[in-house]
Amino acid sequence: MHLTQGTFSYLPPLTDDEIRAQIDYALANEWPISIEHTDDPHPRNVYWEMYGQPMFDERNSEKIMAELGKARQEFGDEYIKINAFDRSLGRQTLALSFIVNRPGNEPGFALERTTSTDRVQRYTLRSYALDRPKGARYRPE
Amino acid sequence: MATATTTNGTIERWDSGVIPYAKMGYYEPDYEPKSTDVLCAFRLVPQEGVDPIEASAAVAGESSTATWTVVWTDRLTTYEHYQAKCYRVDPVPGTDQYIAYIAYDIDLFEENSIANLTSSIIGNVFGFKALKSLRLEDMRIPDVYIKTFQGPAHGIVTEREIFNKYGRPLLGATTKPKLGLSARNYGRVVYEALRGGLDFVKDDENINSQPFMRWRDRFLYCQEAVERAQAETGEIKGHYMNVTAGDMESMYERADFAKEIGSPIVMIDLTIGYTAIQSMAKWARKNSVILHLHRAGHSTYTRQKTHGVNFRVICKWVRLMGVDHVHAGTVVGKLEGDPNNVAGYYDSLRLDHVERNLLHGIYFDQDWLSMPGVMPVASGGIHAGQMPQLLHLLGEDVVLQFGGGTIGHPDGIAAGATANRVAVEAMIKARNEGRDVLAEGQEVLQRAARGCKPLERALQVWKDISFEYTSTDTPDVLATPSY
Repeated sequence: MHLTQGTFSYLPPLTDDEIRAQIDYALANEWPISIEHTDDPHPRNVYWEMYGQPMFDERNSEKIMAELGKARQEFGDEYIKINAFDRSLGRQTLALSFIVNRPGNEPGFALERTTSTDRVQRYTLRSYALDRPKGARYRPE
Repeated sequence: MATATTTNGTIERWDSGVIPYAKMGYYEPDYEPKSTDVLCAFRLVPQEGVDPIEASAAVAGESSTATWTVVWTDRLTTYEHYQAKCYRVDPVPGTDQYIAYIAYDIDLFEENSIANLTSSIIGNVFGFKALKSLRLEDMRIPDVYIKTFQGPAHGIVTEREIFNKYGRPLLGATTKPKLGLSARNYGRVVYEALRGGLDFVKDDENINSQPFMRWRDRFLYCQEAVERAQAETGEIKGHYMNVTAGDMESMYERADFAKEIGSPIVMIDLTIGYTAIQSMAKWARKNSVILHLHRAGHSTYTRQKTHGVNFRVICKWVRLMGVDHVHAGTVVGKLEGDPNNVAGYYDSLRLDHVERNLLHGIYFDQDWLSMPGVMPVASGGIHAGQMPQLLHLLGEDVVLQFGGGTIGHPDGIAAGATANRVAVEAMIKARNEGRDVLAEGQEVLQRAARGCKPLERALQVWKDISFEYTSTDTPDVLATPSY
């Protein structure tokens, strides 16, 4: 499957130049960048691991790309996303958030059901990747 | 006016009989509106021979304390405090219309009650014989009154955080055909549209619980569709389950069931009434369910330029009443919507401070004191090829609903959904890269279509579809006088 979270998941994977252009747009709006990664892409997994602190004072997209390069080296077989945060009053939330790295194989999700009375079902979404231990979820067997 | 012929100088304010409203204190040209007053701008056309100032004063009178004749019991009150005051009347050049500005003291209104506010301000007065027509154009809601309302159950920011979707318009579709599908087939449409790339699918306003599809069956199949689509995409999805019913008990029952089976969003229709909307907004806040409002019926009173209530006022009321979504026009689609007026609606729903701007039909400055914004929904006759105009006109905080533009795709519903999603992402990406959304939009879409067959087909099929009709309602375009 292809995980479609994030602002640009229906487009072909962004090149580094395209990622840099989005970062430049964010910086021009004074939205600081942060990098997050995870091996648990459940849609309700809000708290991906932070790759360092949000780069509040970093205005140079080259340096941010260098950070992304380091994150990819370390967590290249996980999902990595770039977030841009808008601290302005009335927003104080993400303004942009897009995936920039995916594991080579995305195993997808199982939808588990518990049938109940009156035709009601309880649903559980479970990532197949979680069948393997943390750290090894997307490594080749 | 016929009822105001008491020009006999001997008649005083408290003599029995009929006194012109203007002379009873409902017209005060020197009045300085207080920051706590509710201010209204009415567009009125007096009957032949009726003085516009008297007509305007009559509106102030009839929408506050007055009746048609003098009553001595007024003297048991501090009447000058409770009388609404018309403080300004401007002719609309080239027409028989006038804009009357009227101030109402905050004491006239119960806290947290749009029903009470509207029973005064758009109550009896709209049937008043001395007027040919009357329209409430705008309303300034004072800070003190705003703070008595709950406001949106969640609001735009919280909704984005719940759905984990940032930086682009959200995408939806209304299931079609709107009437007649069995619940099982209906759920198929929902599933295909969501797995293809839409964020939401929606019940239509008149899908409630009919013989061909009862509400509980629909909810179960639609939730199945939502859950399956989430498993296919790893993305949070929702179907607006319409809980509109003939009584509050049924609405609560349906909303509770939607929540229990896991739906993140329910919807109601404007036809349920203001008090029911406020009740459902309380329910939505309490139960962590997003509340979508369809504006069914609004055109009966919002569309004609000289009658009713302008939709910008409805926007303010629904924000106070506490919905999270409301349909507010597309400009380019099949339904009424002048671009300047629509800009004013969107501003009133989304911004924290809106400046008086007559070009957009906004008559008063309005502050919202950090009350969250309502997500506007653009729905009705729009398709992927219009993405550049939609983004340019409506911005990012909007749900774009492509019903026919998804379900009518020649390669199927999921392909239609993918076309819309690729189109919106490609436009956002290009805009962020510094491309001109309007001037280069079609080129951006064509380029994206080269790598996306569904988009290529959508652009071909609908390339010539547009709805170019003259709006029946536009702001008074005259770049207005020096005030």
